[in-house]
Amino acid sequence: MPIRPILDAETAARNMAEIEPKYSPQEAVVEANRCLFCFDAPCIKACPTGIDIPAFIKKITTNNLTGSARTILESNILGGSCARVCPTSVLCEGACVMLDRDQQPIKIGRLQRYATDHVFENDLQVLHAPEQKSGKRVALIGGGPASMGCAAELAQLGHEAVIFEKKPQAGGLNTYGIAYYKLTPEMSLDEVELIKQLGVEFRTGVEVGKDISVSELEKEFDAVFVGVGLGHTYRLGIPGEDLPEVQEALAFIEEFHINPLHEVAVGKRVAVIGCGNTAIDAVTQAKRLGAEQAVIIYRRGPTDMPAYVYEYDLAKRDGAEFIFHAVPVEVLEEDGHVSGLKLARSSVGADGKLTVDESDTFEMPFDMVIKALGQEKMTDMLNQLMPDLELNKNGTVKTDTNGQTNIPHVFAGGDGANGGAEVVNAVGEGKKAARGIHRLFTQEDVEGPIQWTRMGVVGDKPLGSGLNNPVRVAEDAKAFV
Amino acid sequence: MADLSINLAGIKSPNPFWVASAPPANTAYQCHRAFEAGWGGVVWKTIGEPIVNVSSRYSSIDINGTRMVGLNNIELITDRSPETNFREIKECKERWPDHAVIASLMTDTRENWHDYMKRSADCGADGVELNFGCPHGMCERGMGSAVGQNPDVIETIVGWVMEVAEIPVIVKLTPNITSINHSARAASRAGANAISLINTINSITQVDLDRMCPEPYVAGQSTHGGYCGPAVKPIALNMVQECAADPDVNIPISGIGGISNWKDAAEFIALGSTSVQVCTAIMHYGFRIVEDMTEGLNDYLDSAGMASVNDLVGRAVQSVQRWENLDLSYKRIAAIDYDKCIGCNLCYIACEDGAHQAIALVDPDEKGVDLGPGRLPGKPVPEIKEKECVGCNLCALVCPVDQCITMVDVETGKERMSWSDYQDKLASGEMDPIPAHP
Repeated sequence: MPIRPILDAETAARNMAEIEPKYSPQEAVVEANRCLFCFDAPCIKACPTGIDIPAFIKKITTNNLTGSARTILESNILGGSCARVCPTSVLCEGACVMLDRDQQPIKIGRLQRYATDHVFENDLQVLHAPEQKSGKRVALIGGGPASMGCAAELAQLGHEAVIFEKKPQAGGLNTYGIAYYKLTPEMSLDEVELIKQLGVEFRTGVEVGKDISVSELEKEFDAVFVGVGLGHTYRLGIPGEDLPEVQEALAFIEEFHINPLHEVAVGKRVAVIGCGNTAIDAVTQAKRLGAEQAVIIYRRGPTDMPAYVYEYDLAKRDGAEFIFHAVPVEVLEEDGHVSGLKLARSSVGADGKLTVDESDTFEMPFDMVIKALGQEKMTDMLNQLMPDLELNKNGTVKTDTNGQTNIPHVFAGGDGANGGAEVVNAVGEGKKAARGIHRLFTQEDVEGPIQWTRMGVVGDKPLGSGLNNPVRVAEDAKAFV
Repeated sequence: MADLSINLAGIKSPNPFWVASAPPANTAYQCHRAFEAGWGGVVWKTIGEPIVNVSSRYSSIDINGTRMVGLNNIELITDRSPETNFREIKECKERWPDHAVIASLMTDTRENWHDYMKRSADCGADGVELNFGCPHGMCERGMGSAVGQNPDVIETIVGWVMEVAEIPVIVKLTPNITSINHSARAASRAGANAISLINTINSITQVDLDRMCPEPYVAGQSTHGGYCGPAVKPIALNMVQECAADPDVNIPISGIGGISNWKDAAEFIALGSTSVQVCTAIMHYGFRIVEDMTEGLNDYLDSAGMASVNDLVGRAVQSVQRWENLDLSYKRIAAIDYDKCIGCNLCYIACEDGAHQAIALVDPDEKGVDLGPGRLPGKPVPEIKEKECVGCNLCALVCPVDQCITMVDVETGKERMSWSDYQDKLASGEMDPIPAHP
């Protein structure tokens, strides 16, 4: 049976509403006052953009919300969306000293959202590009978080930045690929506007390599930033994979970012293959859009899954089911449509090796299959665009710590260079690349904005903020999720 | 961007935020750090003949888990030599010519005051602050608050100082008096260029009930310490306003006392301060707090349409009047927003036992009020007895939810009438006495 939209507009909107609404002023002030205002605060080191977190929280306590938002956005131009989508329990909040006092960590993500919302709701301009321009121009390939982080920093350093994005809207996965109840496309596009206010130009609907060549870019621009992200979901390589109801998770999520929620077709019984965070997004969204049953199918056990524990908990609360130790071997078909999955039992050895027992199979009825197996690297596309660009063995762009590639005027960052990480990592890498590009243009280093003594000093050298040296907290340290 | 720069009696600084004369202003090293962080001025730790301090010097009170709501100390003036201090002030002024560095001074004889004044001017200080406020130790030796508690002595010593003053002179006043006006007027009469207030308040913060001795503990004993921090702000604001409103004082004011953020600072400025001085908040969090202060004050001035911080100085002074001038015809009463009410009924018991019995508990069904989260079915909800409500504010003060109980103006239809007007009308027979409350 072909799949159809299930819910009416009102129900769909209610189900997909934000799970964590904005703090009221009183909630925000009470929470902000719990912050100890640590000096060399660990949260700063655990933030991949190095936001001066205690400073922005202190400003909330005095109702200096404009200043608070400025502190955030100076370090992280996508501070608004990161406030919503960051896995804070392994980043800033996981590093909070309160955990060592056996208390809840400060809700940094929600406070960050409270402060940044103030700017978007009141249409304030808190960042400014210098009037004096350097005359240097940078082309950025891809309009996602890495390029936006890079372009915003370049603009604030006085350079001209032009972002090329093949989709009709900029923002990358922030606009098209994150669970609706965490981040709406409108919020992402508000951030695109913020970056436009800094003078960054967005050329959307323009595909580099098709509509404009890299050599044309190199003629027109002084440097190029590669922020292409990742490609399609890996294929299952099993019979029935090309049936119409077999979708990629990101394509499924994208559908309700470009269409009204009640027009998105969803199965009544949905299987999601894979157990990463995108798989969780897909399974919860399917459930919230009306699926009667939504099941994660994962070849390993619960302790092996790449999804964060809090994402797993969220999916369970949404009524999603989990089948562990099973591998799809065939998508079953009936009249040209998906009718189910044939699954084989698998097991994980003491050495961590996966064994699939093809003789031990079972079938389950489904009318939709969503693949969330991770995304392919953009190896072919990069080889075609820039044959001289050096790639790592896994197909990501090879860079130094400042994002510089083997071609001196070409920099890279984000998923296409790190292989796939958080939005906040992409912004941080984009920002560092912008500083690298600035150094290439001017031979000058950009520091800050935080006093170096607050960055933890080893000997006479600062350990650095999370921008320079991001520290990640172990998952099991998040006692209070 | 509003202009934050100020000029207090000839002392200029890029913003009104000064580090108060205290432990944070003890050395050139701290002064450099303060200016790097964004402070506009530093009032040096009081210079005098070097003293000897005791060990264990500070004590504080915590309220409901919040640390250092009030702080007291028994530390004396600088324990470094005048030579070292004046040399370091010179060094700071050379490196920070546009910032204010003010030498705080405390000594005894006329000759010594003359000597310190000359050395302050010679080292390039922008001004001096005479410490007539320290309430511990030095007052036992006839200095500090011992001077500030006697207007005649204030006038005499300021007179000595003004004989040789080449740079502006600020007199720092003690709050440990009955009326601040007498001290401030004495300073003004003797020619001081400005006053600063308040210095710390005599205090004992707590008693260790095991050792039967207060903190700070010094070998089985303690002493009266100087109290400061957020808890003293209301006392300081009151005294600043009294001086600002007094035509016999009429000199600029540097406000001090519990200032922790831009909003506190703006309140001191609105009540007549040109600059503000901060100590306890720095002792708690470091010099970095000034970032929020400058930014917050700037945004406030912008939003209020004021181009300069000087436009704010004294704006609220005249709103504080003698009680007898307040309007007896004005009335406000409490209003409850039932959508916000969480059902704690603290407003009820506060009014019933602690104030004017103007809140009733009623059946929510009769009242037609939905139950809020956590409220049991049938649990009574508070209702303002509008006729009984005197508009005292207590219920709104105790309510734990923002904007749940608000005070709203009521049109009484009566003409403005103050207590003074009332007395006149009674005397002229124009009206009968207002009946006493039953």
